[in-house]
Amino acid sequence: MRRPIERLGLRVLGSVSELGRMGVFVGGVVRAGVLPRYRVRRFIEELYDVGVLSLAIICLSGLTVGAVLALQGYYNLARFGAEGSLGAVVGLVLVRELGPVLTALLVTGRAASAMAAQIATMVTTEQLDGLRMMSVDPLDFVVAPKAKAMVVAMPLLNALFIVFAIFGGYLVGVSYLGLDGGQYWSSLESAIVFGQDIAGSVLKSVVFGTLVAIIATYRGYTAEPTAAGVSAATTGTVVTASVAVLVFDYAITALWGV
Amino acid sequence: MQPSPVRDLLVGLFVLVGLGALGYLTFQVGGLSWKRPGGLTVYAAFDDVGGLKQRSPVSISGVKVGEVSGVELDELLRARVVLELDGELEVPVDSAARILTSGVLGDQFVALEPGAEEDILQTGDEIELTESALSIERLIGRFVNDAGLEEQ
Amino acid sequence: MADRAEVLDEFRIAVDGVHLSRAGRRVFQGLSCGFVRGQITVILGESGAGKSTLLRLIGGLTRPDSGAVRVAGQDVAALGHADLYRMRDRIGMLFQYGALLDSMTVADNVALPLREHSDRSETEIATEVARRLDSVGLPDAGPLYPRELSGGMSRRAALARALVTEPEIVLCDEPFSGLDPLNVRRIERLLVDLNQRLGLTMLVASHHLASSMRMAHRIVFLTEGRAVSGEPDRLADSSERAIVDFLAAERGDEVPAEGSTG
Repeated sequence: MRRPIERLGLRVLGSVSELGRMGVFVGGVVRAGVLPRYRVRRFIEELYDVGVLSLAIICLSGLTVGAVLALQGYYNLARFGAEGSLGAVVGLVLVRELGPVLTALLVTGRAASAMAAQIATMVTTEQLDGLRMMSVDPLDFVVAPKAKAMVVAMPLLNALFIVFAIFGGYLVGVSYLGLDGGQYWSSLESAIVFGQDIAGSVLKSVVFGTLVAIIATYRGYTAEPTAAGVSAATTGTVVTASVAVLVFDYAITALWGV
Repeated sequence: MQPSPVRDLLVGLFVLVGLGALGYLTFQVGGLSWKRPGGLTVYAAFDDVGGLKQRSPVSISGVKVGEVSGVELDELLRARVVLELDGELEVPVDSAARILTSGVLGDQFVALEPGAEEDILQTGDEIELTESALSIERLIGRFVNDAGLEEQ
Repeated sequence: MADRAEVLDEFRIAVDGVHLSRAGRRVFQGLSCGFVRGQITVILGESGAGKSTLLRLIGGLTRPDSGAVRVAGQDVAALGHADLYRMRDRIGMLFQYGALLDSMTVADNVALPLREHSDRSETEIATEVARRLDSVGLPDAGPLYPRELSGGMSRRAALARALVTEPEIVLCDEPFSGLDPLNVRRIERLLVDLNQRLGLTMLVASHHLASSMRMAHRIVFLTEGRAVSGEPDRLADSSERAIVDFLAAERGDEVPAEGSTG
């Protein structure tokens, strides 16, 4: 009877101290990121890896998600004769939920896993130790630019996803299902308010970007210096970050009604 | 990586396009207005605004001329609606404001019917003639009542 | 051969009573040894005896469970973040596979310490980098990426990088492992030359006995979590079981099965 409880206790303690270590890590990264040197060159390169290389999947997914939303939404709205509100329905769902969440999940799968793998590989090949021995802090040189790039790229990718999705909805709703174009845009625009909806969407994507950045860099940084360690860091990042995004999405939506 | 001018260009484009998308969503879709100089702000009080809300359109003769920027209760517990209209509009002071529904189940909007006076509305003025939103329940209630009265 | 190195002041680097355990395994138990300033000391031992770990302790990359690691008078194990980073200005480390940053060219790699810590102009840095690469026999490697280099080449490039800040102490982690005899000789000659010309204090972790005997002023042999130190030519006289087996294996004699030593 005592054993399982002991084990549970140990695991809880272990998780708490892991959280503490993560806190120390985040503190170090924030310090490194805020103080000079600002490493603009590396930041731009990381922004390329996270942002530009994710454009294809974000835009494509955006178009398809918007199209599907329009398709589903139309048939359900038509039953009440309310197909005129299609623009509003598509827009609201995208801006408030699907935009930030799907963007975060897609970016996690593509860019965050790559980020964790890169850092973990650098641990394994002693590149981070090499930096330390040259009196360069790996948090400053490697981690902070990556984390910053993720936080900056996420809201931008979110905005692009939403725009492409709205357009995808337009293509299906207007060109395919015969809705009136003007009505699509006007119902969209009258339903969405900057303060409630757009700002909330941006806030969510910034929060998600920060979460994913922390998880990916921490997992990579603390990976075991073996090939198995790199692989574990990569898959672990995708799983943890995805779950974190979904949980925080619920929390933000419940607390702020966004 | 070697600094690559192509990559830098792409990053710059990415940021610009992303900000552009954000801007589109913020201003066009979200309706954040950077203070348009010379906008006309007038008020109208209704007994019942129905489903009218922020960003509902305001139109004259079917043409959109502005938006509802807010709805509040005044001292008489009537609903006071703030209308933001284009600055160049010349709307007579005795114009009427009615809350209509676009289509049968559509969104509600404010329709302004121009009056005959020569004086025009200035920012801060109040539109006196207002007609509240029609509610389906009252319509049905009235219909049932009238039908009942006829039978007697 | 002395069984326990006395911690004298002439030791530029002194390890004193260090205990270290990793993953339940005891790596060092009361390890004490010293490294003389200006000498090449080779750290010998079986794989897993802790050669790399000892170097990491000296570089401050690993902290001991207890004991002191004194470098130039300061206990590295007790230094705070900022002090540790400042201490590392005096130490250059050559990692086992070079540890060059794979996202940058060789030239950028070698230039990195200069770009980070000095105010020199780009032209000055370029000249210095070219000079260093030349001195390790890689005059044309500048624009290449680390993945385009052979094992020997990347190690020499990493050596150039370690030396560019003119450290007084150089730590080399198995610089000969995986190399052909030609490259082993090249690197050995480079290291000896550097030590003779610049008086650098060099610690070389290796299990390549032949080169070690040729270049070492002193040997530190790690076994059973302790260190046994002495002159290279006295090695054969040692009664340490581990050393005897080590030398026997090198000669091609029969050695006991794994587990009976070290």
